[in-house]
Amino acid sequence: MKARIIVTLKSGVLDPQGKAIEGALKSLDVSDVLGVRQGKVFDIEIAAANKSEAETKLKMACEKLLANTVVENYQIELL
Amino acid sequence: MSHTEPKITPELIADHGLKPDEYQRILQLIGREPSYTELGIFSAMWNEHCSYKSSRLHLKSLPTSAPWVIQGPGENAGVIDIGDGQACIFKMESHNHPSFIEPYQGATTGVGGILRDVFTMGARPIACLNLLRFGSPDHPRTRHLVSGVVAGIGGYGNSFGVPTVGGSVNFHTRYDGNILVNAMAVGLANQNEIFYAKATGVGLPIVYLGSKTGRDGIHGASMASAEFDDKSEEKRPTVQVGDPFSEKLLLEACLEIMHKGCVIAIQDMGAAGLTCSAVEMGAKGDLGIELNLDDVPCREAGMTAYEMMLSESQERMLMVLDPSREAEAKAIFQKWGLDFAVIGKTTDTLRFIVKHKGEIKADLPIKELGDEAPLYDRPWVAPPALAQIQAADIHPPMSHSAALLKLLSTPDQCSKRWIWEQYDHLILGNTIQKPGGDAAIVRIENGPKGLALCTDVTQRYCEADPFEGGKQAVAEAWRNLTAVGALPLALTDNLNFGNPERKEIMGQFVLAIRGIGEAARALDFPIVSGNVSLYNETQGRGILPTPSIGGVGLLKDIQKSASLAFKKAGESILLIGETQHWLGQSIYLRDICNREEGSPPPVDLAVERRNGDAVRSFIHNGRVTAVHDLSDGGLALALAEMALAGRLGAKIEAPLAKAPLHGWLFGEDQARYILTCAPEAESAILAECAALNVPCQKIGMTGGQDLVLPGETPLSLAQMSASQEDWLPHYMAEPIDHGLSAH
Amino acid sequence: MKAAVILFPGSNREGDVARALHQATGHEPQIIWHSDEELPQGTDLVVLPGGFSYGDYLRCGAIAARAKIMTAVRAHAARGGLVLGICNGFQILVESGLLPGVLMRNTHLRFVCRMQHLRVETNSTPFTSAYQNQQIIEVAIAHGEGNYVADQNTINLLEGNGRIAFRYCDALGQMNAQSNPNGSINHIAGIYSEKFNVLGLMPHPENLIESLVGGTDGRGMFESLAHFKSAA
Repeated sequence: MKARIIVTLKSGVLDPQGKAIEGALKSLDVSDVLGVRQGKVFDIEIAAANKSEAETKLKMACEKLLANTVVENYQIELL
Repeated sequence: MSHTEPKITPELIADHGLKPDEYQRILQLIGREPSYTELGIFSAMWNEHCSYKSSRLHLKSLPTSAPWVIQGPGENAGVIDIGDGQACIFKMESHNHPSFIEPYQGATTGVGGILRDVFTMGARPIACLNLLRFGSPDHPRTRHLVSGVVAGIGGYGNSFGVPTVGGSVNFHTRYDGNILVNAMAVGLANQNEIFYAKATGVGLPIVYLGSKTGRDGIHGASMASAEFDDKSEEKRPTVQVGDPFSEKLLLEACLEIMHKGCVIAIQDMGAAGLTCSAVEMGAKGDLGIELNLDDVPCREAGMTAYEMMLSESQERMLMVLDPSREAEAKAIFQKWGLDFAVIGKTTDTLRFIVKHKGEIKADLPIKELGDEAPLYDRPWVAPPALAQIQAADIHPPMSHSAALLKLLSTPDQCSKRWIWEQYDHLILGNTIQKPGGDAAIVRIENGPKGLALCTDVTQRYCEADPFEGGKQAVAEAWRNLTAVGALPLALTDNLNFGNPERKEIMGQFVLAIRGIGEAARALDFPIVSGNVSLYNETQGRGILPTPSIGGVGLLKDIQKSASLAFKKAGESILLIGETQHWLGQSIYLRDICNREEGSPPPVDLAVERRNGDAVRSFIHNGRVTAVHDLSDGGLALALAEMALAGRLGAKIEAPLAKAPLHGWLFGEDQARYILTCAPEAESAILAECAALNVPCQKIGMTGGQDLVLPGETPLSLAQMSASQEDWLPHYMAEPIDHGLSAH
Repeated sequence: MKAAVILFPGSNREGDVARALHQATGHEPQIIWHSDEELPQGTDLVVLPGGFSYGDYLRCGAIAARAKIMTAVRAHAARGGLVLGICNGFQILVESGLLPGVLMRNTHLRFVCRMQHLRVETNSTPFTSAYQNQQIIEVAIAHGEGNYVADQNTINLLEGNGRIAFRYCDALGQMNAQSNPNGSINHIAGIYSEKFNVLGLMPHPENLIESLVGGTDGRGMFESLAHFKSAA
């Protein structure tokens, strides 16, 4: 089964990379950008009997490794 | 031959960078039409970057030997004897075109490539340096390129774990469309544990080591040999992506199998990847090579033979293995998490045979692939001689203090701290002299020996007079090493020029090589490795001729070295060498008077030798406290640099000779140094110089917090420091995030 | 004092710290491979050295923190054994939960290598007994991700319990934006665990142990460790 996991910074955590990207977009005349926060996408192929089992395994992957839950959130999407 | 490959057409041949007569040569050589894969192989082996077809005729004239040279040009890197059974292995290489297209990855893979050239010979890298040339600061791309290249160099070197200890950075509009990124790596090995690319033994396994092969950089070597035009932006996919982590693992794994004696021959896969490395290994050893591409570890599905042969995926090596050690070697590579695959064998047929899926995709004569590469004696013409500029004819547009303050803040002369603080220059704990001085010094293991390292070239001199400029490039490197107390041993070069098919450019190339050769011979400073980068032009506008020199010198005792900072108040300041007020092609003339004119200062190699040997002996005898060699900006700039580094001022007396003061302060006469010493030591130094026929005169004393030039208002350290330190950080102030390009 | 330095793929300052330990203790520390399951018998100090373990992939120190050897390191720390994490080692310690908080990208987004002054916040630990309390020292930094971040509760806990080990400052001990190289909250350069037996710091004292190479302010840490006598 294929899944896409998106890991983002918790709101309130400072994101200097996002800020720099915002500045760069403005200087490239991409107008009206009001804010940018940078995250990560993981495209994962996983063997599982059903969606529920897949989600459980992926949740464990997030908690154990893919997200640093001190400062990051994660969203799991089964494709 | 397979029928699923594209048909050979004139367009296809041209796309491969092969000229019609070069293609005819192929037909004559193999007696038939080549397969598509074979065409790819020829295009890689015969392009400028791999075959040196425009340059090798002239490179032959360079001096490459000395009693301390173990291996000169022709191998992955040069090797010199540094005593105690140890060797220093080093080389400089360019990655110009890819860095213009994708600055972070271009710079990163340039560093990766040169590191591999050094450790493939069994040397553990201990230092990196670089030489960067960017376009005008006003050019819209420059800031982005500076940011990306610097981040890329740091990104690779810092992660790999080697200190980047020195460099040279200049800006000029002639590099607007063609930046230069020359990377140098220096490594240490034991003399009895040096590995070469030459394969020996028939029927031995050829092993692929390192990262998997993908579609990176296919035709990268061809891009390096072509000028940029409007379509260059589309070449982005051909830029390789570097992985310093994999390279670190590859380094440790390779050194481990080398120390265990498993390796017979080894070569890194660089430009033209598997093709170049396999052909060279076999050809050097007078052996044939047979490869089975089915066994090549790939990270993309469905790669063709053509793609596998031309891929420039990074962090890969090719090795001829002692068959009795296969299990042991494989286990070491598995421990480090890297691919290890037997992909072929050596033969006695002198044929280069490539098989894939049961078919023969290439069957070519192995020696002729290299030996029969086109060799061109391109027509060339010398540039017209330029008139000598007399200092008396130059009218200073501002006071000398104001001029000095301005020069300190120019892009070329300003502090490059913003750049080198992005390089880990302290890792390994052996950096004795950091960036910012005349040369870097790294201790060899626990000492007492050390290596002095530098990179530089004065391209405006080379443009004005390529022969004198070539001489000067070598002389200045020799001076830089001498100024820290080292004995210059050998150099590596990276010859960056425009389109050699243009007579004027070829003339620059030929004459610069002659100048380099003459200086290297006179100074016992042979060339042991190097690289040529041609076609650095965009829409017909070429770079300034830039023959970069990377120098290596030996310090037998690092305690007997010198640095340029003023050390103590009340010391005598001495000027070594003769000043003839040469302002032609000087920084003063260019940046204060806005004139790029005149013949450059001539180099008298015998005088260079005499003056430098004297300075070195003073350093070894502990008689001098600070030393700086003079170059851009002449005496005034050198004094300012010494004052700023030592946070100590000086008072300079007017010279006795009747001559324009601006000529004395800013002239760029060669073979000169500034020394400081305790006042008690002064007369002995003056006497010894007189006996050696080395011009030496006292010009002032250290002390205070101002630099006082004759007849000028004092310049405070604070003013000069602000001038020197502010330009670059302000210029680079808008942050650009290269995290997007990095992992 | 018996020391073990853990080597992960991509570690690159293990030689630097081994040299500092050898200078202070007269013994070479043992280098332990990341996939080993046990530490050598009688290990007093475990060192997680600087570098780019696993290429800093995913997050700095994230993969190393989950290496096999870390189970033994955690047990060693739980028993009161000493653990020193320098730079990437500090990143590994926070990722493994042995220390609180997170190390994020330097706020100015560049790698920075330079000399840096630090204030020694406490000298009553096995790591700093050879320093004076509040002493200003000068060591090196070399990192791209040294920005210490933690939530307010964690910061209050650390500050309240005197668990800040070092703070960035200038030569006079002043703390401001210029003297803080990476934006860390409260200028935090290093912190201790609850029982003060685990120390994580971003700066590199191991590179300042000889005047020839820039100074000797780093020696104090290794001399402190050399004189440490374990309780048992």
